[in-house]
Amino acid sequence: MSVRYLSCGDTAFTVEFGNEISPEINGRVMALHAAIGLAREAGEISGVVETVPTMRSLMVTYDPLATSRADLQPRIDAMIARGLPVDAGSRQVTLPCCYDDPEFAPDLAEVAERTKKKPEQVIAAHLASPFKVYVLGFMPGLAYVAGLDQALFLPRRSQPRVRVPRSSVAIAMDMTTIYPFESPGGWHLIGRTPLWMFDKRREQPVFLSPGDSLAFERIDRKSFDRIAREVEAGSFDWSSLVKGK
Amino acid sequence: MSAALKVVRAGLFDTLQDLGRTGFMALGMPTAGAMDRIGLGLANALVGNPQHTAGIEIGVMGPDLLVEADSVRVALVGPLSPQLIDGPDAPPKPLDSDRSHLLKRGQTLRVGMIEGASTAYVAVAGGFALPSFMGSLSTYSRAGIGGFDGRKLAAGDLLPLAKASVPAVNERKLAQPFDYGSGPIRVIWGPQEDYFSEAGRKTFVESEYRVSKEADRMGIRFEGPVIAHAKPVDKGGADIISDGIAPGAIQVPGAGLPIVLMADRQTVGGYPKIATVASVDLPRLGRLLPGQTVRFAAITVEEAEALRRDQEARLQRAIAGFAVARPPGGIDLVRLYEENLIDGVVFDSPWNVTSKPSSAEGGTK
Repeated sequence: MSVRYLSCGDTAFTVEFGNEISPEINGRVMALHAAIGLAREAGEISGVVETVPTMRSLMVTYDPLATSRADLQPRIDAMIARGLPVDAGSRQVTLPCCYDDPEFAPDLAEVAERTKKKPEQVIAAHLASPFKVYVLGFMPGLAYVAGLDQALFLPRRSQPRVRVPRSSVAIAMDMTTIYPFESPGGWHLIGRTPLWMFDKRREQPVFLSPGDSLAFERIDRKSFDRIAREVEAGSFDWSSLVKGK
Repeated sequence: MSAALKVVRAGLFDTLQDLGRTGFMALGMPTAGAMDRIGLGLANALVGNPQHTAGIEIGVMGPDLLVEADSVRVALVGPLSPQLIDGPDAPPKPLDSDRSHLLKRGQTLRVGMIEGASTAYVAVAGGFALPSFMGSLSTYSRAGIGGFDGRKLAAGDLLPLAKASVPAVNERKLAQPFDYGSGPIRVIWGPQEDYFSEAGRKTFVESEYRVSKEADRMGIRFEGPVIAHAKPVDKGGADIISDGIAPGAIQVPGAGLPIVLMADRQTVGGYPKIATVASVDLPRLGRLLPGQTVRFAAITVEEAEALRRDQEARLQRAIAGFAVARPPGGIDLVRLYEENLIDGVVFDSPWNVTSKPSSAEGGTK
């Protein structure tokens, strides 16, 4: 599989692995992201400021006062040629989600109708989907999570909402997401998690990471309220949601 | 005693900014930071700070700041006409821009309007004693983080100073205004120049574009001739699978008008990017006002890297060449030394600090 190098000015370039969304391509993106991180820690590469993984490409940003595109690109080429690790080992994250309250799931009935299912079947399909966090972006902590059950594929809403409440769980196309802040949004809202995907009080303010495997766990309104109180107070045990590295 | 600057009247868009929050784009965190790193860098250097120290970025009109410290050294950089007010009933006196000033308790610095540019900077010696967030003090208002309470400054805010007082030393001024360059804004084609027809690419580099009213820290929308995509827009000609967005990336959505993405830009985006502004010209763009016009001209990555190194060298020369500014009243240390009235005194100048580039700016060669 060949890669393309795309110019992004004199402070960045993009290493493009393909032009489609697939776990294989994203796996290579994440592997290069990890490999450059390790090379920087080991002092084998300097002048790189950071790397930005997306579904199918990795943007490498650099300091043009410390290095140059001509110096960096061959080094990255060599890393790819040496072979990238297949999977650096990902975290398994389980997020509680309440689907029951109509306030939390204003689009559940419509999604059910348009996919010719019962609301309970929509929930079951969302719970059974093998999700993977591909990219975080657009706003801090907003995760593009692919792997939605094909039976639930729908385009975005034709009329986006001006205000989607924080922590809404939504679906569109082949993905799901959790809104980190109240913001405009065009995805279908089918539930809400009591967790905050971005909390500036936490040492790691952004909870999800690219590469995470993700599943949802159904909770009722009572559990939702209890967890929400703990999150609000800052006493929630976030490590209870994570298995693996 | 508290050491603070009190915002007695807020400006329009004052935020604290340093050189940006790097290292967290993979988590969706925009870098933010100064729209004009040169203006911030010069303001910092005038008060003896490293260039990455956070200062106040002024947008359009600045605040009135009351000194609640024994003394504070401030520098204002940009086309401002600041004023100093000695007390509650005292009339304002004009103050020079592009230099440092020693202010005393009870005085008020009125930053005022910016004339002919959109941004200007106020730096204070030692910086502000505020907690950094993810390694930076830059304000990113959309997420409510950084700076002062994650937002623009408001009346009543007390900005804590890192230094309770500063020694009386010679003030410094910029010998001449920094040359931001003129002529076309230089760009490098890509990453998606192939999403535009040859005619579209020609339109982009041969036309004049005007800064629209929709210009902010996130991006500058331009008005002008429509840039043609290679594929019809209704057949996905203006859609890509989202990829990373570098500073100065020029998105062209379906409507065909360019948007240059600036400090508060989102980390990834789904519109094709015809070109990227060379880093040498980003500070110039960060000063543009609605209604001003620009042209774009394509250069190579190598040329852009060389231009940036040259600009950094010019910046360092400007800092090394600061002139001594005569104080408005008080003891004229310059004259004392020039006329050799004090003998055998070694003047310990804080200006002997070489300005260290930040991690974001990296080491200079």
